Amino acid sequence: MRLINAAAAVLLPVCLFSSTALAGKADDTLNIAFSKELEHVDPYYNTAREGILLGAAVWDALLYRDPKTGNYVGNLATGWTWIDDTTLELTLRQGVTFHNGEPFDADDVVFTLNYVIDPKNGNKSQANTSWIKSAEKVDAFKVRIHTNGPFPAALEYLAGPIIIQPNEYYAKVGQQGVALKPIGTGPYRMESVEPGKHFVLKRNDAYFAAAKPKASIGTVDIRTVPDANTQMAELFNGDIDLVWGVPADQADKMAKMGKFQVINAPTMRVGYLSLDAAGRTGAKNPMTDLRVRQAVNHAINRQGIVDALMKGTSAVINSACSPVQFGCEQAVTTYAYDPKKAKALLAEAGYPQGFSIDFYAYRDRPLAEAMIGMLAEVGITAKLNYMQYAALREKRIKEGTPISFMTWGSNSIADVSAITSAFFRMGGEDDARDPEVAALLEKGDSSVALDARKAAYGKALTTIADKAYWVPLWIYSSNYVMGADVSFTPTPDELIRFYDISWK
Amino acid sequence: MLKFISMKLGLALLVALTVSFISFILLYMAGDPAVSIAGEGATADVIAAIRQQYGFDRPLLAQYIEWLMRALSGDFGMSYYFKMPVSDMVAERLPVTITIGVLGMGFALVLAIPMGVLAAAFPNSWLDRLALGIAVVGQAIPSFWFGLILIVIFSVNLGLVPASGTRHWTGYILPMIVLGYYATPAIMRLTRAGMLEVLSADYIRTARAKGLNWRSILFKHALRNAIIPVVSLAAVQLGFMFGGSVVVETIFALHGAGFLAWESISRNDLPTMQALILIFSMFYIGFTLLADILNAWLDPRLRSG
Repeated sequence: MRLINAAAAVLLPVCLFSSTALAGKADDTLNIAFSKELEHVDPYYNTAREGILLGAAVWDALLYRDPKTGNYVGNLATGWTWIDDTTLELTLRQGVTFHNGEPFDADDVVFTLNYVIDPKNGNKSQANTSWIKSAEKVDAFKVRIHTNGPFPAALEYLAGPIIIQPNEYYAKVGQQGVALKPIGTGPYRMESVEPGKHFVLKRNDAYFAAAKPKASIGTVDIRTVPDANTQMAELFNGDIDLVWGVPADQADKMAKMGKFQVINAPTMRVGYLSLDAAGRTGAKNPMTDLRVRQAVNHAINRQGIVDALMKGTSAVINSACSPVQFGCEQAVTTYAYDPKKAKALLAEAGYPQGFSIDFYAYRDRPLAEAMIGMLAEVGITAKLNYMQYAALREKRIKEGTPISFMTWGSNSIADVSAITSAFFRMGGEDDARDPEVAALLEKGDSSVALDARKAAYGKALTTIADKAYWVPLWIYSSNYVMGADVSFTPTPDELIRFYDISWK
Repeated sequence: MLKFISMKLGLALLVALTVSFISFILLYMAGDPAVSIAGEGATADVIAAIRQQYGFDRPLLAQYIEWLMRALSGDFGMSYYFKMPVSDMVAERLPVTITIGVLGMGFALVLAIPMGVLAAAFPNSWLDRLALGIAVVGQAIPSFWFGLILIVIFSVNLGLVPASGTRHWTGYILPMIVLGYYATPAIMRLTRAGMLEVLSADYIRTARAKGLNWRSILFKHALRNAIIPVVSLAAVQLGFMFGGSVVVETIFALHGAGFLAWESISRNDLPTMQALILIFSMFYIGFTLLADILNAWLDPRLRSG
C-alpha cells in the first residue's frame, strides 16, 4: 500500500503537468493536424494536398498568382516573356538565398526543372511538369524554358506546384536527404521532420517577401492525427489550433459550442461520375448508348444530395470542370432531375426493365449510396464496388469501369487544362475516347491567344455535356475549425497559406 | 528438451518462409507496382520504363529470391511511397507498436488472471458475475469507440492525459488500456475454466485435506496447471497485438507499425508491406514457439509431443 501511495505521489503531478495546454498564442506556435501521413516533404514526391501546403510554405515558385486578383506576379522571377510559342524566357530575382545560405540563381532553376522532368528521378506529379521539354541557362539570372508544343497555361503551373530546389544542396544530399531536411527559399524553414508524423516550421526572418508576405506566426507545429474525433478532442484540449476537412455534422456541433471559429469555404475539388461511353468494359455496355448516359444524368438528384448530405458552400456543377478555373464554360446542356424522363430514355434505348451495372467509388460512401438509390428508382441496379483510390485508379487505367464516382482537385491549378484535358485527351482514365473532344482540348492547351483557348475549351465542354460523357456532380467545400485566437481566411483554392495566418 | 526445441525451431522457420513466399506472390498479383510508383498523370511509356527500371518484368520467382537474399541481410529495399529505406522506417515505428503491445498484454494479464482465479474460487458468486460482466463488456465494445470514450473522459474532461501522440509517456496509458482490455475477456474466461477443472481434481482435494492454506493451493498448486492453455492464448494474443493494433494506433495517432501496414496496403507500397508481413509473421511464429517451449517447461508430458 505504501508503494502505491508513493507511486501516486510521483505520478499525479506529472499527469497534471502533461495536461497544461502547450498550444497557441502564448508561445507563438500554431498547432495544426494533418489527416493523413505525408509521404515525402518534397512537393515533387507526393501527390497530397498537405504536400502542396508545405511546398508553398518552405519553397517558392518562379511566379505567384495573387489569390485576391487572380493576376500573376513575379516571385523568384521578376519578368517573363514568350520569345516564341514554345520558349519562355524568365529574368530571375537577385539577392535571394536559400535557408542554408546557398545563393539563388539560374543554376537552381535549370537543375530543378531538368531533374523533375527526367523519368529516371521518379517525379510523382508528372501532370504538373510533362509540358516542359527542357530548361536552359542564359546567364546567371536568366533562364529559358522550352515547352513540348505551345503551352500557354505554363504560367499557372510556374506559379503553383513547380517550386525551385537548391541545386548544390540537392546534389549533395539527394532525395533521401531532402526527405529529412528540406531546404527552400520560402517564408518558413523546416526545423524538423519525422517522416509522415511531425513537421516543425520556423519563420524565415530573412525572407525576401516579394510576392508572398513574411510569415506572421513564429512556429507552425504539424502533427498527423488520422482520426477526426481525436482531432476534435485535441481542439477541445487546446493542443491543436487549426484543422480542415472536418465532416459537416461535426463542424455543426463545434460551431454550436461557440468556443471555436467554424468556416465553410468552397474548394476546387469537383465530384463526377465517369461513364464508360467508349465501351472499354465491353462493347455491349449500356453506357455506350447516349440515351442511357442522358438517363443517368436525369436520374440523379444532385441538388438534393448537396442540400441533404453536403451542406455548406458545396454547389451543383454542370460542366466537366470547376467554375473558378479558366476556360470552364458554364453555358452547356444541363440535365434536370427528372426520373420519369430517365425511365423514358431507358425504354427508348431498349432497357424498359432497366439493367444491372457495376458502380465504383473510393470515397464518400454515403454520397455513392444515395446515387445508387436514385439509379434504382429508374430501374438501374448499380452494384457498389468500394475500393482504395490507388487500386481503383489502376483498374480504370488498365481496363476501365462502367460507372465510377470520382473526384478531382486539379492540384489547385485554376485552369481547365488541369482537369478536362487530364481526363479527355485519350489518357488512361479517359472513358469517352472522343477524338473530336481530344482535338479541341489539345487546341485549347496549345493556343497562345486567350480567346482561342476559351473558344476551344468551350466547344469541348459543350460536346462533353451534349454527349453526357460525365455526370458533373458538385464542387466540394471544406470545413475549417480553428481556435478563437487564430486569424485566417480560407481561399477557394483550398491552399492554406501558413504565412497568411496570424493571431487575433 | 533440446531436441524438442530444435525441431520446433526448424518447423517455425519453414512456416516463416512459406508465409513470406505466399504473401510475395499474392501482393504482386494484387496490383501493378509500376502504376503506383509512376504517380498521377503518368503515361504508358513512363509506366513501362519504371517496370523495366525496377525489374518488375522479370519472373516472379527470381524477384522473390533476390528479395529474400537481401532481406536476410537486413535490406528490405526502398519504400515506393516514402522514398526511404524500409528497414529504417520499420525500426523507427516498431518500438511504438511493441511498447503498447507489451503494456497492453501486461494490463490484460494483471486484470484477467486474478479475476479468473477469483471467479473460479467463488463460482456463481457476485464476484464471478462481476468478472463475467467485465468480460462481456470487453468483448462487446468496439475498440475505436472505447478509445474515444476514454479520450473524452480522461483527456477532454479530466485533462489527465494527452488525447493523442506520445510526446509524453502518459500518452501510452489510454492505448494500453484499450488494447489490453480487448484481450482480457478471453484470458479471463480461459483462466476461470481451467481453474474450475483443476480445482475439482483429486490432488486439490488431497491438498485441502492435508490442511494446506487455501491461497497457497489456489495460486501454487492449481494455477500452475490451469495456466498452460492461457500461456498459449496470451502468446497468440500478443502476436495479434503487435500486428493488429491498427485501430488503436489510428485513434491515438501513434504511428506504429500497424498503422504503417495499413497505409502501405492502401498505397500499394510493396517493399514495406512485404517487410511488415515477414516481421509480423515472425512475431506470431516466435510467440507460438515461445508458448510451446514454456508449456513444455511447465508440463514435461508435452515434451515428447
